[in-house]
Amino acid sequence: MTAVLPQRPTGGRLIDQFEYGLDAPICLTWELTYACNLACVHCLSSSGRRDPRELSTAEAEAVIDELQRMQVFYVNVGGGEPTVRPDFWHLLDYAIGHDVGVKFSTNGIKLDKARAQQLARTDYVDVQISLDGATAEVNDAVRGAGSYATATRALENLAEAGMKDFKVSVVVTRENAGQLDDFKSLTDRYGAQLRITRFRPSGRGADVWDRLHPTQQQQRDLYDWLLANGDNVLTGDSFFHLSAFGEALPGLNLCGAGRVVCLIDPVGDVYACPFAIHENFLAGNVRSEGGFQRVWQSSELFADLRSPQTGGACTKCAHFDACRGGCMAAKFFTGLPLDGPDPECVQGYGETALAARDLDLATPKSSIDHSHKGPVRGQPTLLGMPAVPPVKICDESPVAGLDLR
Amino acid sequence: MLMADVAFDPAAPWRKARSVALRPEPFGALVYHFGNRKLSFLKSKLLVAVVENLAEHPSALAAIDASGVPDAQRPAYVKALADLARSQMIEPQEPAP
Repeated sequence: MTAVLPQRPTGGRLIDQFEYGLDAPICLTWELTYACNLACVHCLSSSGRRDPRELSTAEAEAVIDELQRMQVFYVNVGGGEPTVRPDFWHLLDYAIGHDVGVKFSTNGIKLDKARAQQLARTDYVDVQISLDGATAEVNDAVRGAGSYATATRALENLAEAGMKDFKVSVVVTRENAGQLDDFKSLTDRYGAQLRITRFRPSGRGADVWDRLHPTQQQQRDLYDWLLANGDNVLTGDSFFHLSAFGEALPGLNLCGAGRVVCLIDPVGDVYACPFAIHENFLAGNVRSEGGFQRVWQSSELFADLRSPQTGGACTKCAHFDACRGGCMAAKFFTGLPLDGPDPECVQGYGETALAARDLDLATPKSSIDHSHKGPVRGQPTLLGMPAVPPVKICDESPVAGLDLR
Repeated sequence: MLMADVAFDPAAPWRKARSVALRPEPFGALVYHFGNRKLSFLKSKLLVAVVENLAEHPSALAAIDASGVPDAQRPAYVKALADLARSQMIEPQEPAP
């Protein structure tokens, strides 16, 4: 069967062009490893343990060669914790040497003074230090004890080395939404730039989403804050669902999944977006014939995603042109239909949709999970005591599970 | 003198900046500046042609005319080039030695 591809319009707004996809991604995220020294409760990729099938150095170089040919001018590198890959610094140099700029996200574990100086000397590299609380208390509850100290030490090292334009990257949660001004002043203190992004129910984020996603009032405050401070703050255009409050936020107000955005995961699997590590959004693998280019340009999944949405509840909403129905991953992992409202729809339709979900229907869960199996040093305590699930039910209590009625 | 201080004079000779790459796209092209890492878009294939032709002409206006831009659209193309000059995607051709 041959799919009838929708006809791309000529001229008009860029957003309408982006809806039909590009010849190469603008914003490509590449997670280099699932290994991580931390065990953040909301990890979007359920990272922790390295996958034995991860791309080798030579395979990673081949991907970079391909990105250069496709004129993908920069990649967002993440993980896991990308810097724990022994060849990380080599791959960084290799990419830069092949006209592929690198922005990498790190928890700062490897950014000692020497590495900070090395980065400050390197053109065409950007560093983002992840921090999810403006105080150690708020940050460490989610990212683990000691992680605030690690991040701020890395920030100090970068500032001291004279690194320019490095970023502090914050996922906005219910716990830290009130700290935006504090984040801004913390960032200014290091001469860095603040980047805030949306928390999605992806990976382990699904387990804590109900508890951590911002309240409606916090979303409204965030929107007002972005309108007032947006020029000096990066957002990765991730809050476009807030545009339905009224004025459009700067940037691309459209889900870019498979259109201008995608993810290459550590084993070379290509997903529609970094928040969609699930078989439903798997377009192919860079190891297959034709490599990444063929996946990007010819996968059926991406062809589907490159059709403008024509049906569904949202298209009838007065705000559809502002938010375009919101985030695909947020809907999917909360069990909502993809053509309906975002669970955090600012008009309140998401809450209604969540309440109307069939309770017997389990929310889709990704089978890709590299979470640490044992305890991790400094394990986050958000969910109470760090818990290792009991192997047998009676390990917890000798009478557990006994029905004595 | 900073590039940003250069006002756009359509009667002057311009060219695509040396640190800029164009990536062809179905709607036109994506423009990337390797120096300031700015990303921009050329929203028509005709504008792509104009930008690519700049260096071969003694003025931006000459490049616009030679590329076959309809008269009615000339002001829009001048404005598009002015925007590209402001974001340093195009730069003045160096004066002849």
